[in-house]
Amino acid sequence: MTLGSEAAPAKSSIINDPQIRAIFYQIVALIAVLWFGWSIWDNTQTNMEARGIASGFGFLESTAGFGIIQTAGLEYSEESTYGQAFLVSLINTIIIAFTGVVAATILGFIMGVARLSHNWLIQKLATAYIETFRNIPLLLQIFFWYHAVLKPLPSPRSIYERGEEIAFGINNRGAYMPDPVFGDGSNLIWIGLIVGIIATIVIDKWAVKRQMNTGEQFPVFYTGLGLIIGLPILGYLMATVFMGSSPVTFEYAVMKGFQLDGGFVIIPEFIALFIALSVYTAAFIAENVRSGIQAVSHGQTEAAHALGLRNGPTLRLIVIPQALRVIIPPLTSQYLNLTKNSSLATAIAYPDLVSVFAGTVLNQTGQAVEIIAITMAVYLSLSVGTSIFMNWYNAKMALVER
Amino acid sequence: MKFKTLLAAGAAIAFSTTMASAATLDDVKAAGKIKCGVSQGLPGFSNPDDEGNWSGLDVAFCRAMAAAVLGDSNAVEFTPLSAKVRFTALQSGEIDVLSRNTTWTATRDNSLGLEFVGVNYYDGQGFMVRKDLGVKSATELSGAAVCTNTGTTTELNVADYFRAQGMDYTVVAFEKADEVVAAYDAGRCDVYTTDRSGLAAQRVKLADPEAHVVLPEIISKEPLGPAVRHGDNQWGDIARWTLNAMINAEELGITSANVDEMKGSDNPSIKRLLGTEGSVGADLGLGADWAYNIVKQVGNYGEVYDATVGPNTPLKLDRGVNALWTQGGILYAAPVR
Repeated sequence: MTLGSEAAPAKSSIINDPQIRAIFYQIVALIAVLWFGWSIWDNTQTNMEARGIASGFGFLESTAGFGIIQTAGLEYSEESTYGQAFLVSLINTIIIAFTGVVAATILGFIMGVARLSHNWLIQKLATAYIETFRNIPLLLQIFFWYHAVLKPLPSPRSIYERGEEIAFGINNRGAYMPDPVFGDGSNLIWIGLIVGIIATIVIDKWAVKRQMNTGEQFPVFYTGLGLIIGLPILGYLMATVFMGSSPVTFEYAVMKGFQLDGGFVIIPEFIALFIALSVYTAAFIAENVRSGIQAVSHGQTEAAHALGLRNGPTLRLIVIPQALRVIIPPLTSQYLNLTKNSSLATAIAYPDLVSVFAGTVLNQTGQAVEIIAITMAVYLSLSVGTSIFMNWYNAKMALVER
Repeated sequence: MKFKTLLAAGAAIAFSTTMASAATLDDVKAAGKIKCGVSQGLPGFSNPDDEGNWSGLDVAFCRAMAAAVLGDSNAVEFTPLSAKVRFTALQSGEIDVLSRNTTWTATRDNSLGLEFVGVNYYDGQGFMVRKDLGVKSATELSGAAVCTNTGTTTELNVADYFRAQGMDYTVVAFEKADEVVAAYDAGRCDVYTTDRSGLAAQRVKLADPEAHVVLPEIISKEPLGPAVRHGDNQWGDIARWTLNAMINAEELGITSANVDEMKGSDNPSIKRLLGTEGSVGADLGLGADWAYNIVKQVGNYGEVYDATVGPNTPLKLDRGVNALWTQGGILYAAPVR
């Protein structure tokens, strides 16, 4: 550029100016991309119109007219809208993904550590578990567990009398539990719980600071446990004394003509899907955990032992924190896999997003483009959300270089 | 200057590509076969045998179309579809005709981009329960768990029925019919609901068919019929008149056995149908022997019915309302003239 000012003004036309050329091609490329996108959109719109296919998002306001077996505590009936059906199915997907992730993590860590056990039997059992479950297609496992859950369980009619009240029971219509009903005064319980959690966090901060300063340790775990469990119980007792009656009552399942009615129900579809997803994903997580632990040099363990730490603290304070740095990135992938695999629910009638929204709703409205777009956006958001959280956690656990 | 040319060219291409190709007949003739969407296995309607040969009432309709258009009833490629994906498959052009025990409803006809061409089986939704429940009527089903298919009219009808009766129920909806049957058989539900013809067909698959009973109530109208894409009227006409030809052939007494004899008949109705008089075939864009081929290769409606779902088949379905109007039913095809 500086050279240009020294040289005589070029007489050549602007066609040969490299800067203008560059801008020109950029604009051409931009137009091409925009045109491509626009023509896809326009084509779809025109063809759908020509074939008389409805479009737009107005359908979300229409009455759904079908029932959903698990409504996750949300208000939903046949008179609800497609929009509400979408919400119910979304919550169902989140429930199965979240519970599956938690269970898969716990089982995966146990199996990963067991795989490295010095006990021959435990080690071989863990190896057999991992090799079996990660090598069988997930869909088959879902069918297996569904029929394994359904077939051996008795029908409610065969074990209960009509009108019988059941507190805890499992039959081929689901696992039944008492449904707690929180009446007047139950706010005290929630206040107790929140205060307990906040107090535990404060105590933890204080205990870490004190240990840094003085080296004295404080039993944060047991104190916290006591507070989180004790304070709600205190709130419950106070409420009972003031109100004269228990603020929490339980609604039991009652045997009607065909099946149990009321109570808190976990449907067999959920149980089967939950077992299948967590057992399958845990097999992969176990291998991640094993590789993470093996990545920590054995010298670390020996050094810890030399300092007089016992096996438990060595694993908890020395090995696991270092192993986590290796474990977390592939663990994130497994969480994402589990979330996406939960869409196989549609095979066994668990009412998740794909089954209800991209299934029934799509079929009844015929608006494939909108519904599939929404469904993809939801899975994308769920996955990106998980990724962001896990990346934050990863950054927190990463090696801090001082 | 350059920009303008480019833009103009771009716009021209964009607009030209928006023109949907509408002539299914030309595509079918070029491909030499009809792509027909059927169920994933419903005995009597569309079911593959051990060797993968499809048969059934809905399959026969596709074969009849192939006979009419291509002169060969075997020139059909069958695509098994779940209830959920069937309309998308037709909309997207994956299949040319959907013949899959599909109920003709206003929403489907008007907002899904479909064109129903007629009814090949008049049905109604019913309930099946275990005999040992002792249930005699659907009004006793309050509180029952109901197994059904997702994406079907049955899912909506059962909701409407229980609501209208003021009864509670839980619905367990599966994607594939086989899974519904398996879950019902395993005791997940008290009730299995679908079209009564479907109940008769699926009952054959149960572990002990005799332990189940179909309740007397019919809770809906389910006119089942073939559908084509909206917007291609010529193809729609061919599908509509294929069905009419099968029904008219039965009414005129033309069967696959006597169709060659009938060609020499003096009856003008028969002559027009079999193409020895008039130009119905040419008007449809087909050969004059279109209906002859249908009857010769596939048979008339009555023959197909008896061979697929009739009283002498495992489904044991009487003609009932599906008999000709001349025999107490409601089957009434527009005349070929």
